[in-house]
Amino acid sequence: MQYPDRKMGKVFIESDNIISSLGFTTEENVCGILQDKPGIRIYNPSQLSPTRVPLSLVETDKLNGIFSEFDDPENFTRFEKLVIASISNALAESNIPVKSKDTLFILSTTKGNIDLLESKKRSLFEEERKYIWNTAALLSNYFGLKNEPLIICNACISGVLAINTARMLLESGTYKHAVVVGADILSRFVISGFQSFQSLSPNPCKPFDKSRDGLSLGEGSSTMVLTTDISILAEGQQISVIAGSGSNDANHISGPSRTGEGLYHAIRKTLEEAELKAEHIDFLSSHGTATDYNDEMEAKAFHWAGLAQVPINSFKGYFGHTMGAAGVMESVLSVESMKRNMLFHSYGYGNHGVTVPLNIISGHREAEMEYIVKTASGFGGCNAALIFKKDKL
Amino acid sequence: MESIENVISGSCSIHEQKVIIDGKVGFEGNIDWSMPEFLKKVYKNFEMKYPKFYKMDPLTKLGFTTAEILLRDKNLNEKYDDADIGIVILNRSSSIDIDKAFQLTIDDNDNYYPSPALFVYTLPNIMAGEICIRHKFKGENTVFIRKEFSAKFIQDYVSLLFQKKKAKVCIAGWVEVNHTQYKSLLMLVENTIFANSYDSGHTFDTNAINKLF
Repeated sequence: MQYPDRKMGKVFIESDNIISSLGFTTEENVCGILQDKPGIRIYNPSQLSPTRVPLSLVETDKLNGIFSEFDDPENFTRFEKLVIASISNALAESNIPVKSKDTLFILSTTKGNIDLLESKKRSLFEEERKYIWNTAALLSNYFGLKNEPLIICNACISGVLAINTARMLLESGTYKHAVVVGADILSRFVISGFQSFQSLSPNPCKPFDKSRDGLSLGEGSSTMVLTTDISILAEGQQISVIAGSGSNDANHISGPSRTGEGLYHAIRKTLEEAELKAEHIDFLSSHGTATDYNDEMEAKAFHWAGLAQVPINSFKGYFGHTMGAAGVMESVLSVESMKRNMLFHSYGYGNHGVTVPLNIISGHREAEMEYIVKTASGFGGCNAALIFKKDKL
Repeated sequence: MESIENVISGSCSIHEQKVIIDGKVGFEGNIDWSMPEFLKKVYKNFEMKYPKFYKMDPLTKLGFTTAEILLRDKNLNEKYDDADIGIVILNRSSSIDIDKAFQLTIDDNDNYYPSPALFVYTLPNIMAGEICIRHKFKGENTVFIRKEFSAKFIQDYVSLLFQKKKAKVCIAGWVEVNHTQYKSLLMLVENTIFANSYDSGHTFDTNAINKLF
């Protein structure tokens, strides 16, 4: 048996889940991707939007059906149901002591129970429920978690930051295990806001493609259970999260940088922390929203970081931009990609549409991977990156 | 975590119509003034000359103003690389006031006018973004939502960022606005190992942080 170096204090992924339009487990989501069945549909005017809009929605009846196995769906909001269902599914496969003081809970979300501000829903739940701290406390209590939850509300990089924050707190020995969950729902609030920015495409999004014309919004939740306790992990192949960093463009609050400098710094610092060079990276899961400026900015940053030749994809073509869930969901999928030795197609990409040459993945294909990078960028000029490693116990 | 290596080399807190700089009252307004009215007076008193201030929502204005006063004459960009200057802000109510204001513009189909100028402020990390733009800070920045102010969490987390070399200096604290209630405290925290010079300050520990809050 071979032991990796610096085994002690290393942070491993113990269990995970994804709930999106593609399904209610990680496996269902991976199947959707492998079968090239995106979950983005065009919806006619409804309570969610007065105009026709492509969205990636979680199936409500199925969510309530699954949820009723745990509790009464009437007593919980859509956001809470997504989080509880995702954590429950991840914990069903997990051996961490959830109710121990050694276990940290981190919630990544941009808007929490934002739909409770709607005039029609305002009186359905108590006023406090509109506050994310209150929602997090409710979720934490639901699972009997002992520590005060950490809540990261940092726009679209929240999920990547949440995993990195958990990693740092576990590596330092402050906690031994962490339940990291990212979630956001689609609401009138979020859809109208992105519409007001004119950043939504009238069609399902096409990251890095020449004809891309905006993003598609999605909803969902995703959980990653992390641990430093190797005694609860099986011998053999395990995935660890080994480095991560954030940065700010210091350029514009609602537009990506034109140079990619901020994202470059996040990637550079992450590579430095992992003591790796760009040529060690076998796959890069980009943010890839399919807006003109975002994809162009990322392309420049990847080029600058020496990653232009690395196989790159964006998962947004399958389930859109899931905001506070995106960083966790796309990390879980990237890790699946590595576990299966299978690079996943960048759905919606056909003709190269950014000014820098990049190696965008076209079609699923087999590949050995040892180190992979996940990046995210968001409003407020924020960027973040993570590195996962295929490890052995 | 060796807290002795980290010092608070400056602080600014704004609440109850007072600006407290390094523990002393630096400006005081009339208690009858509304918070936006008071912040406008603060902006003028400290000669901030940053017209974009007027476009910001109250939460961002509060965070921005607190940082602006904290960072006067600090010249962080001369002492540190832009990418090593971090921001950690805690807050209780996220961007609830502007969320409610935006919701009113979209609630019914006959009166549907979503405004990008409002929507952009419906995330609490926008205030960190505005501070970064103003001061050219390009380091790590994270906004945590938390039920209550926690000196211990701030101390532990900033110390961890230093220990992990994620930042060499950090603007850290609390910025909260909920209706008429507001309070901010931002501290400049330097690591004496990284800093080639730093103003004599308080040891960055929970006692000192709580005293400033």
